[in-house]
Amino acid sequence: MQEEKHVLSILVDNQPGVLSRISGLFSGRGYNIESLCVAETTETGVSRITIVTQANTPLVEQIKKQLNKLINVLKVFELTGSPYVQREMALIKVSAKPESRAEILRIVDIFRCKVVDVSLDHYTIEVTGDDGKMNAILKMMAPHGIKEIARTGMIALFREPK
Amino acid sequence: MKMNGAQILMKALKDEGVETIFGYPGGAVIDIYDELVKTDIRHVLVRHEQAAVHAADGYARAKGRVGVSLVTSGPGATNTVTGIASAYMDSIPLVVITGQVPKTLIGNDAFQEVDIVGITRPCTKHNYLVQSAESLAGIIKEAFHIARSGRPGPVLVDIPKDVVKAVIDYKAPGKVKMRTYNPTYNPNRRQLQKVIKLVEEAERPVIFAGGGIILSEASKALTEFSRKAQIPVTGSLMGLGGFPGSDPLWLGMLGMHGTYRANMSTSACDLLIGIGVRFDDRVTGRTDAFAAQSKIVHIDIDPTSIRKNIPVTIPVVGDCKNSLDMLNEMLGDADLGDLFERRKPWFDQIDEWKRAGRLDYEQKEIIKPQFVVEKLYEMTEGKAIITTEVGQNQMWAAQYYHFDRPGHFITSGGLGCMGFGLPAAIGAQMACPDKLVVDIAGDGSIQMNIQEMATAVQCCLPVKVVILNNGYLGMVRQWQELFYDKRYACTCMEHAPDFVKLAEAYGGVGLRATKPEEVETVLKQGLFNHNDRPVIMDFAVDKEECVYPMVPAGAPITEMLLV
Repeated sequence: MQEEKHVLSILVDNQPGVLSRISGLFSGRGYNIESLCVAETTETGVSRITIVTQANTPLVEQIKKQLNKLINVLKVFELTGSPYVQREMALIKVSAKPESRAEILRIVDIFRCKVVDVSLDHYTIEVTGDDGKMNAILKMMAPHGIKEIARTGMIALFREPK
Repeated sequence: MKMNGAQILMKALKDEGVETIFGYPGGAVIDIYDELVKTDIRHVLVRHEQAAVHAADGYARAKGRVGVSLVTSGPGATNTVTGIASAYMDSIPLVVITGQVPKTLIGNDAFQEVDIVGITRPCTKHNYLVQSAESLAGIIKEAFHIARSGRPGPVLVDIPKDVVKAVIDYKAPGKVKMRTYNPTYNPNRRQLQKVIKLVEEAERPVIFAGGGIILSEASKALTEFSRKAQIPVTGSLMGLGGFPGSDPLWLGMLGMHGTYRANMSTSACDLLIGIGVRFDDRVTGRTDAFAAQSKIVHIDIDPTSIRKNIPVTIPVVGDCKNSLDMLNEMLGDADLGDLFERRKPWFDQIDEWKRAGRLDYEQKEIIKPQFVVEKLYEMTEGKAIITTEVGQNQMWAAQYYHFDRPGHFITSGGLGCMGFGLPAAIGAQMACPDKLVVDIAGDGSIQMNIQEMATAVQCCLPVKVVILNNGYLGMVRQWQELFYDKRYACTCMEHAPDFVKLAEAYGGVGLRATKPEEVETVLKQGLFNHNDRPVIMDFAVDKEECVYPMVPAGAPITEMLLV
C-alpha cells in the first residue's frame, strides 16, 4: 500500500518525559518521523506536538490509536485530508562572495525572506513558508553554497470554516 | 496530620486494599520496609526481584486483583524489567514500586542509581517518578486506577529516598480524575446489531476467545452466547479456561500448537468473532491466509488491538463482558429460527476434523510428558491452578490439562518468559491458600528461578513443581530437529542438578519417576502428602518427544505437522 505524508497534531500534558514517550513509541514500533515540533500552548500544562510521518492508511490509523493510548496524550488530530495551514522556518547560512551578493539579495526579496546576519563572505537568511517554498529557496541558494542550515520542522493548524 | 513519605505510601496501599506485597529490600527502600512491617500487609521475601514481579503477576491472575511488588533502586529495579514486560504483554494489573536515590543525586550516576522510568517506558502501561511527598498518595491512587481499568497492565512508581523520608501534612487524595485517560467500556449498540445480523446469517461461525474474557470476567457471558447462538469456541493460550474445556462446543486451542479442528474450522469459517484477543502471530500464522474466507468481528477494549494485525469487518471497542452481555440480551430478541438445523453440517464437519486429528501420543516404556500432564489432570480432577514455564512444558500443559474455569491457567503468554512458573505459583498460592497450585516445568526453565524454592519454604507454601525432564531445551531442540536437520546447537543440558536432592537442600520435598508405572505414585505422593512445603517431582521423560500438531512459523495454520 502507498505510503504518504501525514501531519499529526497532538495535544499532550506538559510533563517531563512526555516527549520521550512519544518519540519512544515511534522508534519502538518502527514508525517514521519526518519532522517533530513541540512547544507550549496558551493553556497551562498543555503542549502541542506536530509530527510529520510517512505511512500507509492502515498504519497511520494504528499510529493515531497508539498515540491516543498513551496516558499523557489529550487529543490526536490528523490534519492531512482536511484544509490546514502549515509553516516552517529555516535559518540558512549561505556563502556570499562579492560577485553573488546582489543575486542572493534579489532571491531574498523574491521569497520575502530576511537577512538576519551578515559578514564579508556570508548571509544568514530567515525564511518562513510551506514545504514548497522551503524546497524552492534551497534550490535557488544551493549554487551559491549553503554553509549551514537549521529548520524547525513543520507546524500546522486546521483552517476555520469560512 | 504529620506523616512521612513511607507512612503515606503504606496508607495509600491500605486504602487500595493491598494485603500482600512481593518484594526485596535494599538501601533506597529501607524506610519503606521500616513502615511496612508495622502494618498487617503480608510481605513475601523473594530471592530475586524478577520473581517478585512474576509472583505478583500470578497473585493478580489467581485473585483477580492488582498485584504489588516492592524493590530497591538500581539493580533491584532493573531485575524487575522482565517481569514487567511479561505482565505488559499479558495485560496483567500490577503496581511495581521501586526505590530511587534522593532527588538531589538523580543524574549524578549515584550508587545504585538507574533511570528505571526511562527503561520501563515501553513496557509499562504508565510510570511515574514521584517528585514530592505531597503528590505521593495521589500518584499511588492513580497508579492502581490505571493498572486495573481499561486494558489492564503494569504501572511502575519510582520513589526517591528523600520523598520517602520527607515529613508533610498528609491530605487524603480526592477521586481520580484524568482527562487524558478514559477507557471505553460500553460498546456501540449499532455495531453489535451488525454482529447479531452476521450471527443470524452465518453458516460456519467460530468464536475466538482470548485473555480479555478472563480479565473482564466474561466467561459465563461467553458460554451463554456460544450456546444460545450455537457457535463453537476456540481460544488463544491466554484464553484457556475462559470457556469450559470439557464443553462439546470447545474446539481446543488455536494456532501454532493448536488442535487440528480449531485450525481447520478457523480457516474454513464464514464468520470469526474474536473477543478479547489480539491476533498474535503465534495464532494467525501467515496473516493473509488466516480466516481468508471469513467476515471478522473483533471485540476488544483496546482500540490498538483492532486492525493491528488483520483486517476486520466489524470492529467493536468495548469491555468483553459488557459486549457479551449486550449481545446475549439482543440474541434474546433475534429470530434464530432453525438455527440448530442449519448449523448441523458445520458441526458434522468439525466432528470429522476432530476424528481426523486428535491430540495423541503412545505411552510405551519411556514416560511421555503428555502422559504426566494427563495423569495430573485426572488426579487433580482439573481443579488445580496450573502455572507453567515456557516451551514444550507450556504447550503440553495447554493441550492436555483441559481448563474448565478462568484464572486456573497462569502462563507467560506474550513474552514467553522462562522462569515464570515457580514464582507465579508462589503468587497464586498466596492468593488461594486452599487450592492446589502446580507449576508444570521443564528442566531448563525451572533453573531460571529455582532459587524461589527458598521463598516457598520460608512462607510454608505447598506449591508443586512437576518437571518434565528431557535434558534439553526442548522447544528449541524440536525446531532444530524439524527445521535445522537435527543440528542441536547448544540445546542439550548435559549437566543438570539432581532435582530431588536440590528440593531437599532447600528444605522441600523431592520425588522422582523414571518409569511410566511410577508416574501415578509420585503424583499421588507429591500432590497430596505434603501441605506445608514445596514439592519437586522430577519426571524423566522421553528426551526427543515433540509438541504436535505444529505449524511452522509464518506458514498458514492449516499447514500442520501432525505426529
